[in-house]
Amino acid sequence: MIEFRDVTKQYPDGTVAVDGLDLTVEDGKITVFVGPSGCGKTTSLRMINRMIDPTGGSILLDGKDIRESDPPLLRRGIGYVIQHAGLFPHRTVLDNVATVPLLTGAGKRAARARAAELLELVGLPQEVARRYPPQLSGGQQQRVGVARALAADPPVLLMDEPFSAVDPVVRDDLQQQLLRLQSELDKTIVFVTHDIDEAIKIGDRVAVFRVGGRLAQYDTPSALLAKPADDFVSSFVGRDRGYRALGFLTATGVPVAPVATVPAGGEVARAREALVDGWAVVVDEERRPLGWVSAETLSQMDGSVDAEQLVSGGSLFEVDSTAGTAGSLRNALDAALSSPAAVGIAVDGRGAVVGGVTAQTVLAALADARRSGEVPG
Amino acid sequence: MNIDWPWPWLERNLDDIAEATGEHLFLALLPVLVGLAVSVPLGWAASRWRVARGILVPLAGVLYTIPSLALITLVPLALGTRIIDPLNVQVPLAIYTIALLVRSVSDALAAVPREVTAAATALGYRPVHQFLTVELPLAVPVIVAGLRVAVVSAMSLTAVGALVGIGGLGQLITEGFLRNNGVELVVAIALIVVLALVIDALLLLVGRAVTPWVRAQRGTGASA
Ligand SMILES: Nc1ncnc2c1ncn2[C@@H]1O[C@H](COP(=O)(O)OP(=O)(O)OP(=O)(O)O)[C@@H](O)[C@H]1O
Ligand SMILES: [Mg+2]
Repeated sequence: MIEFRDVTKQYPDGTVAVDGLDLTVEDGKITVFVGPSGCGKTTSLRMINRMIDPTGGSILLDGKDIRESDPPLLRRGIGYVIQHAGLFPHRTVLDNVATVPLLTGAGKRAARARAAELLELVGLPQEVARRYPPQLSGGQQQRVGVARALAADPPVLLMDEPFSAVDPVVRDDLQQQLLRLQSELDKTIVFVTHDIDEAIKIGDRVAVFRVGGRLAQYDTPSALLAKPADDFVSSFVGRDRGYRALGFLTATGVPVAPVATVPAGGEVARAREALVDGWAVVVDEERRPLGWVSAETLSQMDGSVDAEQLVSGGSLFEVDSTAGTAGSLRNALDAALSSPAAVGIAVDGRGAVVGGVTAQTVLAALADARRSGEVPG
Repeated sequence: MNIDWPWPWLERNLDDIAEATGEHLFLALLPVLVGLAVSVPLGWAASRWRVARGILVPLAGVLYTIPSLALITLVPLALGTRIIDPLNVQVPLAIYTIALLVRSVSDALAAVPREVTAAATALGYRPVHQFLTVELPLAVPVIVAGLRVAVVSAMSLTAVGALVGIGGLGQLITEGFLRNNGVELVVAIALIVVLALVIDALLLLVGRAVTPWVRAQRGTGASA
């Protein structure tokens, strides 16, 4: 547990970067510091490992004032992922990752063996181990940065805008991987970003800072979307709040209705009979959806249903009836809205079609959730 | 000037030539090494404190422009050494080396990316360890380039030392002039040039060997 107690940082030039910060970071959770540029996120983060010392207040790590610790020793127990990775250009990827084990006295062989394990953990192929950092893509460098921070298995991990320099697709990948890693490792993570969407996606708790280093709101992502504390937070959280809030509600209550399916390569005449409300989903042998057909598209095919001539489908909505889990209401609604037939395709864990949902059924489920108090009104 | 068939003279004087060569290397290389050892901490100070840089870099620039002969004659006055003391040449050479390297070392250290040094600190390096294993290695390519210039100029400047009675190959040059011995003259000059080139090449090779990452990066076309 990391406790900020009335922490203030004023730089020698008079800039107040952090002002009276009171905040507790819970163990085993991802806490995100988010806010506009210059609001003191990096300063707050770097006060945790004493790269910056506060000018007022105190910070406790597991109940102990960090001022009592020797900074280098404190830091070896706290992983740090820096923006732009900050890898050592003169060391191979493997030796970069082995840095902290070597510092803490592990032998070279043991440190490298550990480093190789971590490269695998973050999803990097063995052959990158012997390369130098500039020979890697930006996304790969960030993974190495994460591996390096985790090498000594520190209980706390600090991450300063770790994914800001990569393109959106790679960023999404890295975020998913972080969540997957966290579900295995259970670290106490403090994650800095200026991207509210990233904060909402990966945070268990989100601290919104305003310029001048003041904490504006500290809440769960869904509460932040549902009940922003003031105008600053609500404008920072941005547009489509209501829609994005649906991402935090599971769609287990949404009824999945049967949907018309026809096999790819089947007879056109049969397919025509199977249409419901003018549409049917074309599936492969494993019942995975390939796209939609309507009476009109079928009339352009001769003989059999041609998988090349389908109307492409919308997003998919995943339900697992055996486990009783489902995607979010946002997934379900988006599946319905993006479908050419206005029916969102529901698939099981293996990707096979199990039915369909409509926008009406999703909204009805939302109304139920509101009534039962599951959604803060 | 008469240029005899050189072999008889060479054979007769081989021992003297070898001795002069050894002396020359000692006179030239020791000050470069000392200069390097002094430049690294000075360069570090200059890269770290603006005040230090404001003093050291201009001072180095001025020192470098003082003519070598002037320095060689001034040093005995300043140090109180006798006129044929090797220090009279070695101290100026060390000064030139420092003047040349302080700025390079300071620039090279300042060019180490901030996120690299911040990462090293965040991972738990202590300052001296971090300097020796992160910042300094990254400055090696620039330092080696400066060192090559320093060594080559030290080899030729040492020859000037013969004018104030210091040994080395420069002595053979002055002797060759006085005795009107063309062979001696040519041999001494050739030895100085060849030795300088060989040491330069060695430094280049050693520099490459200890910085494998530089070539790896060039291979990808990426810049560091
Ligand atoms: N060493 C310093 N000296 C003086 N002022 C500083 C120093 N470091 C940061 N500041 C100032 O403190 C404030 C907070 O800086 P900080 O780096 O913590 O912001 P940030 O939230 O991380 O911003 P960004 O999103 O741009 O990284 C800014 O106004 C910044 O200019
Ligand atoms: Mg920052």
